[in-house]
Amino acid sequence: MDDKSSRPRSKQWYWLFLLPFIGTLWPPFYAHEYPIVAGFPFLYWYLLVWVVLVGIISAIVFAITG
Amino acid sequence: MNWSAFIVFVILFALVTVVGFWAARWRKGDLTLLEEWGLAGRRFGSFITWFLIGGDLYTAYTFIAVPGLVYGAGVTGFFAVPYTIVVFPILFVVMPRLWSVCQANGYVTPADFVRGRFDSRGLSLAIAITGILATLPYIALQLLGIQVVLEAMGVTGAGIMHDLPLIIAFGILAAYTYTSGLRAPATTAVIKDTLIYITVIVALIVIPARLGGFGHIFAVANTHLLAAPKPASIFLGPKGYWAFATLALGSAFALLMYPHAITGVLASKGQKAIKRNAVFLPLYSILLLFIAMFGYFALAAGIHTKVSSLVVPLLLLKEFPSWFAGFAFAAIAIGALVPASIMSIAASNLWTRNIYKEYVKPTATTADESRVAKLVSLVVKLGAVVFILALPLTYAINLQLLGGIWILQTLPAVMLGLYTRWFHRSALLIGWLVGMVIGTVMAASQGFVSIFPLQLGGLVLPVYAAVWATLANLLVSVVLTWIFNAAKMARGVDATTPAQYQDARAGGIGA
Repeated sequence: MDDKSSRPRSKQWYWLFLLPFIGTLWPPFYAHEYPIVAGFPFLYWYLLVWVVLVGIISAIVFAITG
Repeated sequence: MNWSAFIVFVILFALVTVVGFWAARWRKGDLTLLEEWGLAGRRFGSFITWFLIGGDLYTAYTFIAVPGLVYGAGVTGFFAVPYTIVVFPILFVVMPRLWSVCQANGYVTPADFVRGRFDSRGLSLAIAITGILATLPYIALQLLGIQVVLEAMGVTGAGIMHDLPLIIAFGILAAYTYTSGLRAPATTAVIKDTLIYITVIVALIVIPARLGGFGHIFAVANTHLLAAPKPASIFLGPKGYWAFATLALGSAFALLMYPHAITGVLASKGQKAIKRNAVFLPLYSILLLFIAMFGYFALAAGIHTKVSSLVVPLLLLKEFPSWFAGFAFAAIAIGALVPASIMSIAASNLWTRNIYKEYVKPTATTADESRVAKLVSLVVKLGAVVFILALPLTYAINLQLLGGIWILQTLPAVMLGLYTRWFHRSALLIGWLVGMVIGTVMAASQGFVSIFPLQLGGLVLPVYAAVWATLANLLVSVVLTWIFNAAKMARGVDATTPAQYQDARAGGIGA
């Protein structure tokens, strides 16, 4: 790293971004049929929830770190 | 010929044409400068950037190919959803650094950055060529989107008459991209997305109700998929885990390395605009999930076709009145024009900055650069038309698949280069070459399929070939860097400074 010294502490909030990777790139977590919601098998609405969550996580990190 | 669909289509197409030409006068800049023609002066705020990057990422080919894949292969096609989830954290974290260093040094392309960072003409040329090679088949496939909707509306003819509508459509696109530069896709993207959002929302209200609800659609789709000659399912089994996850991860990193994505990012006016877009761009991913569902809708609606690119047009024709089908078709066709325009600009920028100015005419002025880039954007589109009309479609599809693998091989130099200059420039170049060869051989050996099952001891891992290739690329880059550094080979001079990667307005602190 060339610029560790200028790295502000607030950037530690960036670690939150690991959550969507863990949540969506490990299929054993969500490759299930049940529970079904509104006709959608689990995998489908689970991923839909993550689409919303990733936006919320970005919003939180943006609000804190600018 | 479906006249009511065609008339609606033509009216919307005419609207886009007018806006495309008018764009030259919007936020007026000196279009004889490459920064103005090719990056619109780096002045786009969060709102326009949202449409521009959205237009980049969610193309007509996406709207045609993803449901087509779901129609034939079931849940596998839904890798596009985790892909367009994890891409945004990467956008948020990495791309603001790229924006800042490019803005500080007047870089227009990723190859400009690599040239400055690693002081290497060879590596820069490799990045530029990879970008152009990966982009050209992508542009050609946007034409496929226009072609299938024209066909679905019954616009047919013999010989040259058959191809004429497509040629006219692309001719108009070429003309307004030439005159307006990046301002054209930025403004027309607003129309494109309005049409797409309306189409998808209406489809979600109308089609499931007609087909007996989502639960029924999933059930019927699964029955059809299981009974197919090559059985598939709406459920992801353990055998599909590796392919699903690595396709998503590899595609996400690859997407942001594409020249058109980088052009969209560099045209924004600052780090905050990019970060704000990482917050709001996932709205498109919701759309994409439902568009992927169109594949199941088609199965449940009893659409039978062997041509996967016709799945969506046939579904729309069957489930909508013809005037609204025309509306939806216009959405797809305009959805092809926006990315095709940005892609041709991105390819032109690469050619002009990193090949023409570097090797052909080093004395080129900024006016020369802009003139050459405009002409090249025409050549690129002409090439795409010839490609799609004269060659079998499988060529374009296979090359686009390879393009995704190739573009990821620029990641060590471009993305890791934003964080560290530890890598030796020659090691990166050889790593890139190894990755290109391995990725190409892997995909070709499977008959142009993205997944390569690699035998590791007793374990067979079916993983996206781009990921294998990138791992090989990184391994070679690391090992050779050790060797070259130990041999004290010259490392060149870094033209960038650490402060240039931080937010300019925060004075290098980046808070």
